[in-house]
Amino acid sequence: MKYFIKMFILVSLVIGAIYYAGNYLDSYSVMVLSNLGIFIILAVSYNLINGVTGQFSLEPNGFVAIGAYVTALLLLNSEAKIDQFMLEDPSPLILWMNSSFVPALLVSGVVASLVALTLAFPVFRVRGDYLAIVTLGFGFIIRIVAINQTEYTNGSMGLSAIPQYANLMWIGIFAIICTIVILNIVYSKFGRAMKAIRDDEDAANAMGVNTFKIKTYAFMTSAFFEGVGGGLLASLLTTISPEQFSFMLTFQLLIIIVLGGLGSTSGAIVGAVVVVIGSEWLRFLDEPNLFGFETEAHPGLRMVVFSAILILIMLFARRGIFGDKEIFERDGRRGSKS
Amino acid sequence: MEFFTQQFLNGVSLGSMYALIAIGYTMVYGVLRLINFAHGDIMMVGAFVAFVAYEISGSFIFAVLIAIVAASLTGILTYKIAYKPLINKDAPKISLLITAIGVSFFLENLFNMLFGGIPKPFNYPEIFDKNIEIFGATTSFVSIFIVILTIFVLSLVLWYLNKTKQGIAIKALAFDINTVKLMGIDTDVMIMIVFVIGSSLASLGGVFYAVSYPSIEPLMGVLVGLKAFAAAVLGGIGSVVGAALGGFVLGFSEIFIVAFFPDIAGYKDAIAFIFLIFILLFKPSGIMGIDFEKSRF
Repeated sequence: MKYFIKMFILVSLVIGAIYYAGNYLDSYSVMVLSNLGIFIILAVSYNLINGVTGQFSLEPNGFVAIGAYVTALLLLNSEAKIDQFMLEDPSPLILWMNSSFVPALLVSGVVASLVALTLAFPVFRVRGDYLAIVTLGFGFIIRIVAINQTEYTNGSMGLSAIPQYANLMWIGIFAIICTIVILNIVYSKFGRAMKAIRDDEDAANAMGVNTFKIKTYAFMTSAFFEGVGGGLLASLLTTISPEQFSFMLTFQLLIIIVLGGLGSTSGAIVGAVVVVIGSEWLRFLDEPNLFGFETEAHPGLRMVVFSAILILIMLFARRGIFGDKEIFERDGRRGSKS
Repeated sequence: MEFFTQQFLNGVSLGSMYALIAIGYTMVYGVLRLINFAHGDIMMVGAFVAFVAYEISGSFIFAVLIAIVAASLTGILTYKIAYKPLINKDAPKISLLITAIGVSFFLENLFNMLFGGIPKPFNYPEIFDKNIEIFGATTSFVSIFIVILTIFVLSLVLWYLNKTKQGIAIKALAFDINTVKLMGIDTDVMIMIVFVIGSSLASLGGVFYAVSYPSIEPLMGVLVGLKAFAAAVLGGIGSVVGAALGGFVLGFSEIFIVAFFPDIAGYKDAIAFIFLIFILLFKPSGIMGIDFEKSRF
C-alpha cells in the first residue's frame, strides 16, 4: 500500500504545482510548462514501446501528426475549414467532422491506435534495425500524405486558427492519466510480458508469450497517447503544418528516453524535464557573444550540443539516469507488501 | 518512344546516384550488422566540401578529390569515435543504432550551423550542362557521365572485393569477425577500409546529386540516404551488385511514376518505403535472393 500512498501524494503535489503555475506564473513559463507536459505524455508513451518492450521504433512523429490533424479538423467549424482550404475544397467527410475538445482528443487517440494496428502487421514481422527503418519510413509517408492529400489536410499550408482549448491544467491532467495508465500496464502481466520480449524475444515466445500480440498492444497504447499528445499540441499551438512533425520530433523524444534510461517511466519524465527546460536554458548558445567572446550568432549550435550529448550518453552512460528502475518501485503483484 | 528514352535516361542517372550511396550501406551492414544512419549525411558532407573546394580552387576534379578525402575521414572518425567503443564494450545493437542516429543529427546540425539551412546554388563546370543526343532523346552530359562513373566504380569495388587479398579479408570479416582476427588480420583496419569505400562512393553520389539538382542543403542527405538504404534492402542487403540493382530499380520507379502517372507524382518519395515494407514482408532476401548468413558481397 505504501506505493499507492506515495503516488497519491506525488500526484496531489503535481496538481497543486500546476494550479499554482497556471495562476501565478507569466505566460512564457506557462507555455514552456505546457510544452513540457505534452513532451511528458509523448515520452512516457514512446518509452512503452521503445524502452519497456524493447522494439526500437522511430514512429512517434507519424502518430503525433495523425493526432494533431484529427483534433484540428474536429475542433475547426465548417466555415473555418472552407475559409482555410485554399488548394482544394475540403471533402464532405472533413466538413462533417466536428466535436468538442475531450472527445476530439479521444478520437485522435483511437485513430492513431487503429493506424498502429494496421501498421503492426508489416512492422512486427521484422526486428531490430529493420524495424527502425520501416517505422522511420512510416513517419515520412505520413508527412508525404499530409502534404499531398490537400482535400483532407490542406497540404503544406497546414491548418490554423484552431481553438485553443488546451491549457496547462488539461495538459497536466492528461499527462497524469497517461503516466498512471502506462505505469499500470508496466506492472501488469502485459508489462511483464513486454519486458520479457525486451530481454529475450525467443525465450519469451518459448514461454508461451504471444509476442506479436503483446508488441501490438504496446504499439497501440503508445500510439493512442501519442495521438492524444498530438491533439493537445495542435490545440495548444493553434496552428499546425506537416513540417512540424518531422523526424526532429522523434529525435527529441529519443534523447529524452535515452537520457532518462530506456525502460524507466520515471526516467522518461525526468528526461523530458531536463531536455525541455534544458533546451530553453541552452537558448543562449544560439545567440551572439557566446561565453563573453565577441562572436556572431550561431543558430543551430543548440542542436549540435544536443546531438553531441546523445552520443556522449550512449558512449559513457548507456543506462541513462535511472537505468530501467523507477523512483518508487512497486512489487510485481497488486496487493502484495512492498 | 523518344519520351520513353528520355525517361529511361533520367531513371538510369537517378538510379546511379542511389546505387553509389546504397553500396556504402550494404558494405557497412555486411561487416558490422549496423544500419549506418549517418551514411546519408556523409554524402551531404561530401557535397558541401566539394562546394567549398570548388569555390576556392576553381578546379572541379580537385574539389571532388577533396570531397572524397573529407567524406572518408568523416566515415573513419564516425567509426572510431561513435561505433568502435560500443562494439568493444559489446553493447546491445540498439545502443549502436541510437549512436548512429546521434551522429547523423550531429553532422546535419553542424553543417546547418556552419552554412545555414537555406539551400545554396551549387556551381559546376559548364561541360556538365552540354546536351547530348542519344537515340533521339536529348540529355545533359552529367546524366550520362554519372552512369559511366557508377559502372566504373562498381566494377572497381567488385574487383577489389573479389581479386585482392584485402578484399577477400573484408569478405571473410563479414562472415566471422573473430576467426578473421585469429588469422592475423587487423580487423580494425579492414573495417576502416570499408568505411572509406562506402564514404567515398557516397561523396561521389552526393557531388553528382548536387550537380543534377544544382542546390545543396544540410538536410539533403536524409531522404536520399533512407531511399538508398531501401534500395540496398530491395537488392538484398549484404550484396554489392544487389545494392546497385536496387538503386537502379528505385530510380526507374520514381522517374516513371512522375512521367506516366502525374496524378500521384507527389507520392514519389513514398515509393522507396512502400518497396521496403513489401520486400520485408514477402521477400526479405531481396532481388538478388541471397541468404545473408551464407554469402556476402
